[in-house]
Amino acid sequence: MADQTEFPETVTLTIDGQQVTVPKGTSILHAAERVGTRVPHYCYHAGLSAPAMCRLCLVEVEKAPKLLPSCVTQVAEGQVVHTQSDEPLTMRRGVLEFYLQNHPLDCPICDQSGECKLQDYAHEEGRSHGRGREPKRVFGRDDFGGDVLFYGDRCVMCTRCVRFMNEVEQDPRLTVVERGDRSIIDTFFEEGLEGTNFHGNVVDICPVGALLSKDFLFKQRAWDLGHTDSVCPNCSQGCNIELHTRDNLVQRLRPRPNLDVNGHWMCDDGRLDYEWINRGDRLEVPLVRGEKGLHATGWEEALAGLAKELGAGPVRALVSPYLANEDLGAVRALVDQLGGGDLVYRSRRAPEEVVLKGFPKLARRRDLAPNVNGADLLGMSRVGDDNGAGGLEALASHGGVVLVVGDDLEDQSPTFGEAAALYVFLGAHSSAAASHAHFLLPLTTFAEQEGTFTNHENRVQRFWPGLAAPGAARPAWLVLGALLAERTGQTQPTRPEEAFAAMSAFGAGTYEALGTQGVLVVPSTRQEPARAAGD
Amino acid sequence: MAYPYVSDREVRVISTQFGDPEARTLAGAKQRGRYQGLKTALGMSPDAVVDIVKASGLRGRGGAGFPTGLKWSFMPKDYNKPHYLCCNADESEPGTFKDREIIRWDPHQLVEGCLIGAYAIRARHAYIYCRGEFFEATQVLARAVEEAYADGLIGDDVMGSGQKIDLTVHVGSGAYICGEETGLMNSLEGRRGEPRVKPPFPAAVGVFGMPTTVINVETLCAVPHIVVNGHEWYRQWGSEKSPGTKLFCVSGHVRKPGNYELPLGFPLMDLIEDICGGITDGNALKAVIPGGSSVPLLTAEGCRSCALDYEGVSSCGSMLGCASVIVMDETTDIVKQVRRMAAFYAHESCGQCTPCREGSIWVTRILKRIEDGRGTEDDLDTLMELTAQMVGTTICVLSDSVAAPVQSSILKFRDEYLALIRHGERVGTA
Repeated sequence: MADQTEFPETVTLTIDGQQVTVPKGTSILHAAERVGTRVPHYCYHAGLSAPAMCRLCLVEVEKAPKLLPSCVTQVAEGQVVHTQSDEPLTMRRGVLEFYLQNHPLDCPICDQSGECKLQDYAHEEGRSHGRGREPKRVFGRDDFGGDVLFYGDRCVMCTRCVRFMNEVEQDPRLTVVERGDRSIIDTFFEEGLEGTNFHGNVVDICPVGALLSKDFLFKQRAWDLGHTDSVCPNCSQGCNIELHTRDNLVQRLRPRPNLDVNGHWMCDDGRLDYEWINRGDRLEVPLVRGEKGLHATGWEEALAGLAKELGAGPVRALVSPYLANEDLGAVRALVDQLGGGDLVYRSRRAPEEVVLKGFPKLARRRDLAPNVNGADLLGMSRVGDDNGAGGLEALASHGGVVLVVGDDLEDQSPTFGEAAALYVFLGAHSSAAASHAHFLLPLTTFAEQEGTFTNHENRVQRFWPGLAAPGAARPAWLVLGALLAERTGQTQPTRPEEAFAAMSAFGAGTYEALGTQGVLVVPSTRQEPARAAGD
Repeated sequence: MAYPYVSDREVRVISTQFGDPEARTLAGAKQRGRYQGLKTALGMSPDAVVDIVKASGLRGRGGAGFPTGLKWSFMPKDYNKPHYLCCNADESEPGTFKDREIIRWDPHQLVEGCLIGAYAIRARHAYIYCRGEFFEATQVLARAVEEAYADGLIGDDVMGSGQKIDLTVHVGSGAYICGEETGLMNSLEGRRGEPRVKPPFPAAVGVFGMPTTVINVETLCAVPHIVVNGHEWYRQWGSEKSPGTKLFCVSGHVRKPGNYELPLGFPLMDLIEDICGGITDGNALKAVIPGGSSVPLLTAEGCRSCALDYEGVSSCGSMLGCASVIVMDETTDIVKQVRRMAAFYAHESCGQCTPCREGSIWVTRILKRIEDGRGTEDDLDTLMELTAQMVGTTICVLSDSVAAPVQSSILKFRDEYLALIRHGERVGTA
């Protein structure tokens, strides 16, 4: 006899004429999503408690005396639900009319316009014109502190923000004051949300334009933004995010749900730290040192020249934990091909973690780079201090081949690499310490290429390119693979999935299996870290 | 005659001590038979108390008329979790003033009722949630509770029975919505007074997350009498489905307004014409609100055959509610009256549910515009549709309470609205 306990109990019901089987305890709202129906809702959010107060998700359940809120009504065997019949549609249209009665309808100057649930629902199910003749209620605006502005007139009183601060951040800084139509969201003290670490999420979960980001205020229209799935590069938590881009610039970062990593949330440090991705002074073409100093050249010529010179002595390499696994794997493969050598990286470290109390899986981790674990899994070792500086004495004066990939060397002096027989600098930006480099090769950033990062718990997660790479910049794995092909005569990866498959350190999981949510890699294949240079 | 007005047609069970300050003291109360019911109840099993209340047919006097014994029988029959009894003394329905009078004149009757109720549902702690504005009543009640504690009627060993029942008087801050049972529980816990979504029902998850029964003052006060005299005795009054006596709070245009305890099923016109001495100044009757401001109005015609019990008033198209009879004569401006009621609900809406938060104030503003002579005939259709959108779409029934007087007044007094809209003619003055 099969063990029944392994299978959760299921319930079969009918929604809009379609039969669906879902686990017991599922809400009608979620069950409806299974048949492709999205019931409008404001107060319900998957990451918060459900007060069932917006009254927008009302559906008809046969044999129930009145319409039921689908967000808190659990499915029952044999239930027959109608989400699109006359009664719920009429009532939802009525509720929407109430929402719009005091709404300022200032969509043309509202940041939320284009991604506003009030707009969406009113267009989908609302009345074609309003009946209100009375003057509208005016609350005005307020600075809630931190990155958050409050436009009281647009608020739909869903209280998601209040519940986020109470239940998830667990620092109750917001509340509803007054009652009835005078109800308004407010802060307790002058400092408001200032000093809290996850308050940016209240802007995301606000279904309308009541809570807005100061950083994004009047910056772009929502419909002009490109959305690209990515992974936050600002710490080793690896929050799933979307890059919102326009004009080939990242305009803002938004969390993307992943219940194994970040839930629905991300921290403010990560969210607001994106301007560096847009830095303009990029290396755009391969530069090769000749008799008259550096000159620009094509990839073919640069790589052919470099391949010949790579054997000029023992190799020491410096990489960056901002590089993708594929990039790091390619550096590993090249260094191994050249007979092995020190492989080190530097990473900034914060004094402590900042944990999200209501979702403790998520924290702003101490390592302020996305791929420290990837570097560790590939046997690279950490040098330098907690500011990501120093630790390069041996490398700076190395007499053989110096290979710098991704690290900008901003703390290093212009004498770096002076003694090197061959100094190769691959990066997105040049720096003073690159002045002795024989080859300066332009790389893409994570926002311009496809690849994977390994987060703090060894979850490998994919990201996708949201920006076009400048000039001739290419991903490091492609550049280094071409070099390796040049030296060995063997075919090297030309697609990211091949670059991923070329690494043994990340288990058997294929690239496709990583999906959009990543896969936890058991670090069984972990290589022993090499001794750090200079120790 | 004593206590503002009394009538010999009254059947006084609960209101016997109205106007008699002696009953406020424990000694006076005991002389008048208080705590006999508690003694009897403690000699029975909790389930037997529930059964006798069930058999009496007593229905909740707070407005909904839910059978009390049945409500008590929903409580778990064990002591695994703390149970709570909450007495709802947050009497705030416009036109209602029965619970305040019970507490003012006969606080020990309520204390006794609470103790019996707590014993029956196996609660070790009972709360009396008093309306914030009940200054005098709260003081009288607090003194009574203190005396009862000192006398061992409340506490670790109730009347030497070994039962432990504590009683706390909690004073609200004056919000109508805290009279809704789940709003009351939130308020009692120190949260915002906002009704909770049901299910879970209070009998499963109530105050402090524990099984709870919330029950009206008048209902609890009937319990000691039923326990002492038996359920058959109680059923001698009223009808099969609505047995017993009920306090009627009569206000408005009558000569002798006040609280009258009458058997259920009493004719409404007898109450107005006979007991209350008729309409003031010999005016004609225009409308009656039979059960507090949240129920539909009755026209003078509709009152003729109305019997005051739960079924009788329902069949006339209204509700008995908490039996607060508001009488309006021909001088009444219905539009103004309805606008004032709507304004009350708009002010008291907790603001959680959108139809109530936005609808109640919108309806009020439209009514105000009509009252000010700036209405249109379309406004009446809008009002009917808006109020229809407010019925059955919210967590609690406050929203429905706005709809009832507005809809019934437009249906029954459309002429008055139209006279105001078309010709600026104001019917009444009051």
